[in-house]
Amino acid sequence: MDFIQLVISGLANGCVYGLIALGFVLIYKATEAVNFAQGDFMMIGAFVCLGFTNSEFLGLNFWLSIVLAMGVMAVLGYLFDWGILRHMSGQSQTSIVILTIAVGFVLRFVAGSVWSHEPVSLETPFAGEYVRAGGLVLGVNEILIIVVTVLLTLGLYLFFSRTKLGVAMQAASQNQLAAYYMGIPVKRIQSMVWALSGMVAAVAGVLFASKGAIDPSSGLLGIKAFAAAAIGGFGSLPGALVGGLIIGLIEPLSARYAPDGFAGIARIAPYAILIIVLIFRPGGLFSQTQKKKV
Amino acid sequence: MSAPLLDIKNATQRFGGVVAVNDVTMHVNEGEVFALVGPNGAGKSTVFNLLSRFYTPAAGSIQFNGQDLLKLSSDEVPSLGIARTFQNIELFEQATVLQNLLVGRHRHRKTNVLSEIFFTPSARNQEREHRHAVEEVIDFLDLQAYRDKMISGLPYGVRKVVELGRALATQPKLLLLDEPASGLSVEETQDMAFWIEDIQKQMGITVLMVEHDMGLVSAVSNRVMALADGKELATGTPAEVQSHPAVIEAYLGTSGIQKGGKTDKKKKSKGAAA
Repeated sequence: MDFIQLVISGLANGCVYGLIALGFVLIYKATEAVNFAQGDFMMIGAFVCLGFTNSEFLGLNFWLSIVLAMGVMAVLGYLFDWGILRHMSGQSQTSIVILTIAVGFVLRFVAGSVWSHEPVSLETPFAGEYVRAGGLVLGVNEILIIVVTVLLTLGLYLFFSRTKLGVAMQAASQNQLAAYYMGIPVKRIQSMVWALSGMVAAVAGVLFASKGAIDPSSGLLGIKAFAAAAIGGFGSLPGALVGGLIIGLIEPLSARYAPDGFAGIARIAPYAILIIVLIFRPGGLFSQTQKKKV
Repeated sequence: MSAPLLDIKNATQRFGGVVAVNDVTMHVNEGEVFALVGPNGAGKSTVFNLLSRFYTPAAGSIQFNGQDLLKLSSDEVPSLGIARTFQNIELFEQATVLQNLLVGRHRHRKTNVLSEIFFTPSARNQEREHRHAVEEVIDFLDLQAYRDKMISGLPYGVRKVVELGRALATQPKLLLLDEPASGLSVEETQDMAFWIEDIQKQMGITVLMVEHDMGLVSAVSNRVMALADGKELATGTPAEVQSHPAVIEAYLGTSGIQKGGKTDKKKKSKGAAA
């Protein structure tokens, strides 16, 4: 019972890591740059939703606020690419990476100034509610996190496999030149990928905040999600989710079952797993790179 | 005579101090196979990149089918019915042959996101149509054996054919082929020659190609333009261009007029054999 309880709360955490990792991978596949502000995008998404729904701010309906937050983050993501990154095309990826690190700092400062530097809790209709099943006590928020993540993943899967826009995104990420000459507006498509990644970040942020409080430094969770993306192979969307789930599960389980005096192992477990995966499968678990033919 | 399908007037493209294309005027008539030949660095690929709107010429005009091509961006060019292949093959590596060809249908897809996600009857019908169009290309190019293979595992010659197939899947009016025979074996080059003939005669697609293999050029082209250092040397039938003194000079250098004359005869007989 204890074990199942831990697994479920681990899965819920893992879903949040997985969704942030998904944002990393989306951007990486589309632009070959890593957005180190992805965790901060998630934090801003949570704060935007909080601004819409919390009674001290606008006090709107919670579900409506999620949709609004997704919209706001989509617009922000699009504008970030359109207004800044598009003018840097042709620059080295290092400068883009450093830019995103700087943007992360700015976002943390903005969130602190607008909302608060202290932890604030997101008002949800299901806060503190529990479901008892057998001997299990499950938080409604944990169940919801898992359900929402499954739905979002399914939606993204359908989007990428069936829609013209989704296929165009895949095409543009594999070969920009060829995509242009198939009639795909590559630059606009890239901005749309940023918008999509902003939406995913908003969902991740809301789910994260529903488990407790949010503060401007919550975005540093992005580091753990980065490890999740690397475990999954950094080019694979399912890999990012699985990597997130692995990290989510390993944390509570290693804390619980570590020998006495080693409980702190939970903190390093995600990175230990990352190192092990990189040694035995350097391309990640869902590697898409193939060995070069000679 | 009706207006040409493609009309390039006085096009000039500079890269810094280098004039890659210098005041080139040419036209391609509907239904013909037109070849651009010339030594490396003559400006042939630059002409292609101008047509794909990868570059904007410093001077000159380009009209396609009565429309000003220079007003469009490179992702809008395919919608006019221009498709191209690349000298170095640009395919979607992590996708199958079938998927690559289906991306070629991009400009013909007209469904919206919701009907696609829920796969409504109209989206399903369209998907069926696209699949049908792609299967015709697969039959035409004998790609059945590779339909579900990943591009990254395919040999060079097959990739070349897949890229041709993807261009055909867009159902173009004008097909730009950038060195279709480079890197192909003798048999593969013969296949390519047959396909280009069929593309012209059965499908009614106009072809503009850059090619070094004079055997292939003589076998399939109606007209040829020779370029050197960005300038036109000669335009005419393959035999006319090959025997043109300026062309011979560009290929063989200026020294030894006697020698040039001899090679001229040889080339002619070669052309006739092909």
